[in-house]
Amino acid sequence: MFPSDTAVWIVFPVILPLVAGLLCFLFKRGTFGIALAAAIGNFFVVCFLIYQMLVYGPMRCYIGGWHPPLGISLRIDGPALLMLLMTAATGLAVTLYARGYFLFRISDPLRARRHKRQQYYFWPLWMLLLTGLNGLFLSADIFNLYVTLELIAVSAAPLAALSGKPASLRASYRYLLISLIGSLTYLLGVVFLYRSCGVLDLALLQNLAGDGLGISTALVLLTVGLMLKTALVPLHFWLPPAHANALAPVSVILSALVVKASFYLLFRFWFEIFAPIISPSSLNFMGTLGALAIFWGAIQAMRQQRLKLMVAYSTVSQLGYLFVAFPLSMFVDGGQVWSIVVFIALTHACAKSAMFMVAGNVYLHLGHDRIKSLKGVRSSQPITVFAYGIAGVSLMGLPPSGAFIAKWMLLSASFASLQYWWAVVIAGGSLLAMIYVFRVMSHFFVIPEGESSKKNVSLSPLLEWPPLILALISLFLGLISPWVLKIVLYKDSGLLAQIFQGGLP
Amino acid sequence: MITTMLYSLTGLILFGMGFYTLIIHSHPLRKILAVNVMATGVFLILVATAYIPVGQGDIDPVPHAMVLTGIVVSVSVTALALIFACKVQENSNLDLLRKRNHRKPMKERGL
Amino acid sequence: MKKKWNNHIRGRNPFQLLFLFLLFMLTVILAVIFCNIPEKSSVLEAGIVSMQNQSGVNSPVTAVLLNFRGYDTLLEVMVLLIAVIGVWSLTKATSFGNTADISPVQLGVVHLLTPVMCLVAAYLVWQGSHLAGGAFQGGAILGAAGVLLLVSEIPWTHAVPALVLRIGLVFGPLIFTGIALYCLWARGGLLDYPTGSAGWLILLIETTCALSIGLTLALLFAGGRPDENGSEGDIQ
Repeated sequence: MFPSDTAVWIVFPVILPLVAGLLCFLFKRGTFGIALAAAIGNFFVVCFLIYQMLVYGPMRCYIGGWHPPLGISLRIDGPALLMLLMTAATGLAVTLYARGYFLFRISDPLRARRHKRQQYYFWPLWMLLLTGLNGLFLSADIFNLYVTLELIAVSAAPLAALSGKPASLRASYRYLLISLIGSLTYLLGVVFLYRSCGVLDLALLQNLAGDGLGISTALVLLTVGLMLKTALVPLHFWLPPAHANALAPVSVILSALVVKASFYLLFRFWFEIFAPIISPSSLNFMGTLGALAIFWGAIQAMRQQRLKLMVAYSTVSQLGYLFVAFPLSMFVDGGQVWSIVVFIALTHACAKSAMFMVAGNVYLHLGHDRIKSLKGVRSSQPITVFAYGIAGVSLMGLPPSGAFIAKWMLLSASFASLQYWWAVVIAGGSLLAMIYVFRVMSHFFVIPEGESSKKNVSLSPLLEWPPLILALISLFLGLISPWVLKIVLYKDSGLLAQIFQGGLP
Repeated sequence: MITTMLYSLTGLILFGMGFYTLIIHSHPLRKILAVNVMATGVFLILVATAYIPVGQGDIDPVPHAMVLTGIVVSVSVTALALIFACKVQENSNLDLLRKRNHRKPMKERGL
Repeated sequence: MKKKWNNHIRGRNPFQLLFLFLLFMLTVILAVIFCNIPEKSSVLEAGIVSMQNQSGVNSPVTAVLLNFRGYDTLLEVMVLLIAVIGVWSLTKATSFGNTADISPVQLGVVHLLTPVMCLVAAYLVWQGSHLAGGAFQGGAILGAAGVLLLVSEIPWTHAVPALVLRIGLVFGPLIFTGIALYCLWARGGLLDYPTGSAGWLILLIETTCALSIGLTLALLFAGGRPDENGSEGDIQ
């Protein structure tokens, strides 16, 4: 039996934001305090769970004491905990940033009522979205995963529509419908799986899922449903309008966390439960879609006129890297493929959050986000532009960011397997990322002619420091990679701990 | 066995029909109803999985619980999608009105 | 003059026909695969029958819903709440009409039906422990009663303060979470009901959740946030 401490604490990442969401909806005053307490509590609980896992190894917790196949089980192991940590850290930063954002908006008396209302509904929706995310990363039951996916979708759509603009309403309505189709396809896959195996628990499914047409069909259905939710090209069309037209804190949440959740599920399914029936051609197919995503997203990002749309297309492009890891997984050791994915996910979450927060700051300061007119921002908001620069460096994959570690592993795998085209794709993607990041950067540095550059516009520290800290984390993720690798390699069955000394395999 | 097959096939056909309507038709209400039909199809297959002929044992209650959960989720999402559709329609009407009003000078618009 | 009653059916262009054909083939393939899946005896059944007596309720579906897989139900109740919050964040409730416009027949029927519906809802919640029924079924009937009241423009439905509505909405989930946390504290596991009290704890959860679910469904029909006159300035 496990130490009773962990079995108690493992449910807290779900329960804390859930109670906070209920209370934030009930009360009108003090909602920020409740949300902040939940975010901080969530972060510390996740750190505690990581410590417990390093001491005792990966664990399962049976809710209600009922063992599978009767009940639902939660599971913590390396990758799940790292995703939880990513959610907790980004969540804390977003909570602080959102407070600063709404305070700034409310201080403008023209539309204070509308922004007060937006803020009032933001907190419960965000807290319940956090519940869904944590529930998804912890869960080890295939139907429970469906419920958490729905929880995420139903709270993300009103969040995306919170700004009230017609464009954001249309985009978030489309997002809701696409999410629904994805969930229903996922549920159909669950039905096929249940009919073939008779159990709903992931660990039991791993043992029972042998060959069979039913299993393969279930995999295809699950994959299609989750691909819709992760916005893999060619099913990505809903993402840029939805992420770009939302309020800045909401764009952060959607781009950094929500799309990662469904990708994490997809990866888990492919490489754990359905691992025996994966064929190299299917892996290559996913890799090809990833390569398409990298190029298509980057080219579209270069063409955009608005900053937020550019960052949204950059998300489409970066998600492609995650899928390029699929075919190269055949040529790396078992634990390393998880490290690649985790590094890209963590770096992208921090860097993309920082970029969207920067876009939000620019919008608050200038009132628009047209790239061609972003003059003088560097002199008026130096911290913001610094954060943008560092986040851009991380996205490009320069050392010592975490993305560099991941791309290095991908490149060495592609060279080792003599599949040079993946290397071309990865390098080309980084080059294109450089182009679209620096295009905006150059506009930031332009001094407006004839005007004296504005003095430091004092945006509140809540608005300026979260993006900077997140960008620095994403940049220095590579320096702490040995510890990250050590945690990732704690997979479900026993300790596969291989500690890399230098940070590079 | 035949009963299960019959209900499951019906469920799959409903899923296909709903999917077709969702993609092809453009009216928002049709799309939302199509999603509902798709969900109903999936639930029908689930319930058929739980079927055991009379006298051969107890029913399998897990698909029943799954369907109950699924129906509740489907209801809430349908309600949300309907309000979204109303709001999108409202806003596009406002857009049309605004565009029409732009032709009149400002004082005729009452500003 | 030929009446054109099928004007709304547009002509199908070739892409739509191709899509229809592909979708048809896909459905056929899925159906064939589904029919060929070998029958697997459900591993779960045996466990449920043997654990039934420990679950505190006689109905296997309720046992699965609220005891064995109660965590799913907790999250699902949250999904309902999020739907209301989302609807409230989008738009204001549709403005109400006049009671005088409603026909007296409708008003009479509503006055007769609503208490009966509440009774049926209570009975459904009660019988959930040994027959088909439970929180969602009772909540659906209560929601229908609420919809009936709203449609008939009964005056007091428009005067309910927003705070009361919020308390009613949150009440069920809070009790559910509270009981779950109590089990966590008392027995070290979430939703691990203490032996012997599973039955009445489940009944408590079901009753409170039925009330909240009924209110949720009625409010979803109302279609928006309530009017909050004078309290706007309190929103922080």
